[in-house]
Amino acid sequence: MIKFLFDRDTWQEVYDSMSKNKLRTVITMIGVWWGILLLIGLLGAARGMENSFNRLFGDFATNSVFIIGGTTSMPFKGFQEGKRVRLTLSDTEKIQNNVEGVEFVVPRNLTQSLVVRNMLSGTFGVAGDFPLLDKVQKKKLLHGRFINQNDIDNRRKVAVISEDVYKQLFEKDVDAIGELIQINNSNYSVIGVFDVGNIQMGPSDDIHIPFSTFQQTYNQGDRIGWMMITGKPEFNIVQIEQDAELMLKNLHKIHPEDDRAFRGFNLGKEFAKITGFLTGMQFLTWFVGIATLIAGVFAIGNILLITVKERTKEIGVRRALGATPFEIKRQIVVEAVFLTLIAGLFGILTGGWILIWLDSAFGQGPDATLVNASVSIFVVFVALLVLVSLGTIIGLIPAFKATSIKPIEALREE
Amino acid sequence: MLKINQLHKSYPIGDSSLHVLKGIDLEVEAGEMVAIMGSSGSGKSTLLNIIGMLDEADSGDYILDGVPIKNLNEKKAAIYRNKFLGFIFQSFNLINYKNALENVALPLYYQGLKRKERQEKGKFHLKKVGLLDWAHHLPSELSGGQKQRVAIARALAADPKLLLADEPTGALDTTTSYEIMEFLQQLNDEGKTILIVTHEEDIAEMCKRVVRLRDGVIMEDKKVEQVRASEYV
Repeated sequence: MIKFLFDRDTWQEVYDSMSKNKLRTVITMIGVWWGILLLIGLLGAARGMENSFNRLFGDFATNSVFIIGGTTSMPFKGFQEGKRVRLTLSDTEKIQNNVEGVEFVVPRNLTQSLVVRNMLSGTFGVAGDFPLLDKVQKKKLLHGRFINQNDIDNRRKVAVISEDVYKQLFEKDVDAIGELIQINNSNYSVIGVFDVGNIQMGPSDDIHIPFSTFQQTYNQGDRIGWMMITGKPEFNIVQIEQDAELMLKNLHKIHPEDDRAFRGFNLGKEFAKITGFLTGMQFLTWFVGIATLIAGVFAIGNILLITVKERTKEIGVRRALGATPFEIKRQIVVEAVFLTLIAGLFGILTGGWILIWLDSAFGQGPDATLVNASVSIFVVFVALLVLVSLGTIIGLIPAFKATSIKPIEALREE
Repeated sequence: MLKINQLHKSYPIGDSSLHVLKGIDLEVEAGEMVAIMGSSGSGKSTLLNIIGMLDEADSGDYILDGVPIKNLNEKKAAIYRNKFLGFIFQSFNLINYKNALENVALPLYYQGLKRKERQEKGKFHLKKVGLLDWAHHLPSELSGGQKQRVAIARALAADPKLLLADEPTGALDTTTSYEIMEFLQQLNDEGKTILIVTHEEDIAEMCKRVVRLRDGVIMEDKKVEQVRASEYV
């Protein structure tokens, strides 16, 4: 069989019978080509969409949850319902140390403040933050740096401002780094400017100042506005949220079943919804692509069947000259496989071009709809393998048909 | 060379069946040139097809060159056809997208010969039928007589023991027919055993023996004085 595949005559026969019927060869190949083109195009586009979602969420640790103090709705241990729950800095430490699977706990404070610089002013959300925030909610710094431990330790009056703040408070092309801005009537020097991501999660925080500075300035004491908890990748964030809340309820003497005491926003859960949607889309893509592919292969089978019918007499002649049924079948199957393979390779090639085009049309810039639309080589090989095996199977049908009739009947055929 | 004993063959037609061959006994020696004659429906083509292993008899014995031909599967039949038999058809049955040389070399391909050998043998036989210059022409570029000569070269290529010709001149004009017959006579002179199915008297007269069939039985089987086709050409 190997020898047969490397025999020049085999391919001469394939070439002859294909070039004899150029039209059917072309039409057949279009079927498969279209199938694999769609498969690759769709898969690539779906991947591009997924990548673009990932990029949007890339600034956030997706395995994270926000916990904000609320108001109790059940009386517990002598406390009336309606008690305000105020989270404290020590809560975060306890969660960090005692809840399984927690990676970071980031306490945060936020307030709205009037910010003034020279004659320009605006009201912005001012947040007191730790350097750790950068780990859970990556800040894209355009200039300067983010808050560091030194700022915290020394309660330095420094601020990292968003690009929006910069645009409102500064004239064009002025270097903001080192400039002073007034927040709540005290001066802060700007140490960094960051780009606001595409998606805002939680309350808007346009200006970050050191947590300790915030504590002092706004007289917060130990209280915090809310905390962000990120889980280690192998842990379920929903479970972490439950564990953390249960612990907080215990610390703050809240009824264990009181579900109003904390307001939480589980980013992990929301993200899972989107991931689920993407998975669904990928499944759909595969489904459509493979269905189209199968349709294409069936088209090949159909056309081969017609061809075999057309060539009944020729096959009869060949058999009269001593071709065994196996030799006839082998030839037809080789033809089918060759057709699917060539059409498939061509489909992969043009599919690649389509992806290149998609990338240049929709994949450029920071707000691109499709980011890095691509298909893995592995997928391509699997698709090719599926094609070849389907081609073989589908080639067997006309092959058996061709040899099922007696040679004399084949010869009588006109 | 060939021995047939009480050969029967019938074809089903709807619920009933048509008894085409009703007990044929025939013996052909090596080197004979036999014409099988009969009107259409007499069973002459069916007989030839059974001899050619393209069709199977219902009952009876058939021995070809000492080998009993019985219960053949398709694979075996194909090998026997390739080894023992050369076919010449009324409508030539050349493969229209292969040139003359490729057509002639086709049986050799199925014999498993190497390309070079096939080319040499093919050319040799094309030369024998006088068409070496046309080796690379497609059948559509050849005349009827040329096509039949290519077909004869193809039948000869595998060096068969027996040549079977089904109305070899049926699609040709008289002059060309005689040319073909002259060529077949030459082959017979060289020792080839040839069976020709025909319904033309003049063609039959150019053989050495005439077997007449009517309604599935042999009516007459006689040796004849061979008319040399060269006298007419």
